[in-house]
Amino acid sequence: MKFLEKILHKNESKFEKGGKLEKFYPLYETLATFAFTPKLVTTKGSHIRDAVDLKRTMMTVILAMVPCLLFGIYNTGHWAEVAETGNRALDYWSNCGPKFLTGLTVVLPIIVVSYGVGLAVEFIFAMKNNHGLHEGFLVSGMLIPLIMPADVPLWMVGVATAFAVLIGKEIFGGTGMNVVNIALTARAFLFFAYPTSMSGDKVWLSGNEVDGVSGATALGDLASFMSDKPVFESLAAYNSEYSFCESFFGMIPGSIGETSTLACLIGALILILTGVASLRIIATFFAGGFVMGYLLNLMGGNPYLDLPACYHLVIGGFAFGAVFMATDPVTASQTATGKLIYGFFGGVVAILIRVLNPAYPEGVMLAILFMNVMAPIIDHYVVQANINRRLKRLKTT
Amino acid sequence: MSKMINTRKGLDIRLLGGADKVISDLPLSSTVSLSPIDFHGLTPKMLVKEGQNVNVGDVVFCDKYNNVIKFVTPASGKVLSIVRGEKRRILEVLIETSEEQSHPSPKSFDLSTLSGDDIKQVMLDSGLWPFIKQRPLAVIADPKNQPKSIFISAFDSSPLAPDFDFSMQGQTEDFQIGINALAKLTDGDVNLTISSSTPSTSFFNNVKGVKKHKIKGKHPAGNVGTQIHHIDPINKGDFIWTVNAQDVAIIGRFFQKGFFDAKKVIALAGSEVKSPRYYRLLMCSNLSKMLEGNIEEENSRIISGNALTGDKKKVDAYLGFYHNQVTVLPEGDNYKFFLTKGWLGPGFGAFSNSRLYPTFLMPNKKYRLDTNTNGEQRAFVVTGELEKVFPFDILPMHLIKAAITKDIDGMENLGIYEVAPEDFALCEFVCTTKINIQEKIREGLDLIQKECM
Repeated sequence: MKFLEKILHKNESKFEKGGKLEKFYPLYETLATFAFTPKLVTTKGSHIRDAVDLKRTMMTVILAMVPCLLFGIYNTGHWAEVAETGNRALDYWSNCGPKFLTGLTVVLPIIVVSYGVGLAVEFIFAMKNNHGLHEGFLVSGMLIPLIMPADVPLWMVGVATAFAVLIGKEIFGGTGMNVVNIALTARAFLFFAYPTSMSGDKVWLSGNEVDGVSGATALGDLASFMSDKPVFESLAAYNSEYSFCESFFGMIPGSIGETSTLACLIGALILILTGVASLRIIATFFAGGFVMGYLLNLMGGNPYLDLPACYHLVIGGFAFGAVFMATDPVTASQTATGKLIYGFFGGVVAILIRVLNPAYPEGVMLAILFMNVMAPIIDHYVVQANINRRLKRLKTT
Repeated sequence: MSKMINTRKGLDIRLLGGADKVISDLPLSSTVSLSPIDFHGLTPKMLVKEGQNVNVGDVVFCDKYNNVIKFVTPASGKVLSIVRGEKRRILEVLIETSEEQSHPSPKSFDLSTLSGDDIKQVMLDSGLWPFIKQRPLAVIADPKNQPKSIFISAFDSSPLAPDFDFSMQGQTEDFQIGINALAKLTDGDVNLTISSSTPSTSFFNNVKGVKKHKIKGKHPAGNVGTQIHHIDPINKGDFIWTVNAQDVAIIGRFFQKGFFDAKKVIALAGSEVKSPRYYRLLMCSNLSKMLEGNIEEENSRIISGNALTGDKKKVDAYLGFYHNQVTVLPEGDNYKFFLTKGWLGPGFGAFSNSRLYPTFLMPNKKYRLDTNTNGEQRAFVVTGELEKVFPFDILPMHLIKAAITKDIDGMENLGIYEVAPEDFALCEFVCTTKINIQEKIREGLDLIQKECM
């Protein structure tokens, strides 16, 4: 790798102050620090430092998303074929290769647009502030495609990404400074700006609407139980369409990366084993969702309220939100106790919105955004408890 | 003996090059240096001129704003030069040592008849006072304050630290006398904290006149800050004094012999040292005799002190006032390709407290770590990692943020009075976003000193 090092450092002077390409120093720095850990040394304080850095941390999150991504591509391909052939009973595991390729043609452009637009905005700010690209968007850029409906127009992905990076992050000061999750900001933007494209019965299945094929997601169908015209007559009928197993493995329509609870759990395993995501948040988020689902069961009254609590954990974006969204360390609670409260209420609110508010078939996005905003308040009380312990000690002595 | 204190949080950084248990005597170096920079926040007032002859124990400078605190030379000779830096700040006073060391005629002390105030006066006049540091602030103790207790740690848990039980052999009596003297300075206890792994044959177990505590845990269990927090925590308005174990022996020797005799045994350690071992030398000595020809790689960093809190020095530099070890590590000023040794590599030679590197799979392996930061500085992103190495009931991230934002109320509430920068050394080590945390805490403490003390 000596030759690469040589090329990079031969050209360094051009990008430095006074050089011809001075303006593009952030670009150079980004590439150079990507290829080589820079030769920065400690000056004072601790002379040695832990090997871990933000690049490796973020790369681990991306790695954890790969199972969701791969399954999402296949799943998208499957439902695209269903829409095309109009045959809902199409065998899920037949014709794998072409399905995967079909999925790829849908998903890949979304990923390219998300990264392209996001990185462009980031670079403009990096150049303005004269620093290299910060790593945060590497993760957001992958999260955004995974929470988009498969047939979302590409321009919408671009607009949403630009909005999220600008308003969600850069105006607060960049990576580490944002108040709410970037990827969810993009999703929320689309949800409120283009509601007809994000919900309703025309989305989720890529391709044309064909007679006899219901286009909505499991959640949409479930939400209809709360209205006068339910899609299914009873829970049993729903169950024959979307069984618990199918929901768990993710063989149902939905946003690209969110459908498979199994893939999310593989991601969770990677994140928890490496210590990147907080087990406290993931576990309490699931617990909160289950408890709320169980309370609704007790309340009962219609098939949706009677839906067993464990179903809630495997449908929609619940698992994906719990593993990849709620655990974002910048926007989550920062204290150990706070994480428990934050996760639990995130799960509770997600199911609460999902079931009781017919306008929003999926509550996870809003629940996490809500808890992002609440996290500083939770932390405030945890910190205050710590302060009070110290004051109490003062009084007793 | 009180109950065992167990600290579960912490981290032992396993470095290569621990000192062999052999003590070599180092002849008196041709120069010694007394550096005001070793004492944080000190503005010195010079009391000698260049070319002036000095005896062992003669005052070289005092604290300009508290002139009872005096600093004395450990060796006799001639003041060679007063080295100044930017804005004529005094960096160090170099003293050329004479072949025959001369000291004033020894005084005799009877500790049993001396009162606390007498001892304080003797210690101030004889230059022993700077050995006593105070919490809060971690600066030289203000003699006007009354400490509620005194803390001495009988072990050092930092990376490659010397084993006091070994390095202080033969100083048992000095240590006891030092304890006796210190005990008169406080109405409270003199607390001596011993590691749970210290053998029962250790002389620390037989020290009298102290309240002994046992502590078990990883670094920073050996830091006085950790021990104070678990034994006798500091509230606003309290003062606790701390003294290094070796310095207690120097204080004891003064009261026994009647003159300033500041020899101590330090550890020379680190992966770049050819023969890591212990050296007996005079404090403030030049290090070159110890280091020349003893370093593997030319591009190495000499650290007076340990790898987490020490000061960067040159080869011909001098031992820091409070330091008991010298660490030599490779410099890390080279690029590392990202897939081999860099940020995305397998990382078998890298040490990390996180499980993103395979360090946790090899719990006994020792590492050759360099001074590379292993990444660039970022805003805080990762949470929960600092707490793992911070055995205090204090929220490290929030306290650091309060210090960075100069929030005095926040710092007071969150426990700034209990901590010193060294307590945050491990937080700084593990920080993914490479923030210089010790520096931030020191700035916070400076602000507190200015506004609240």
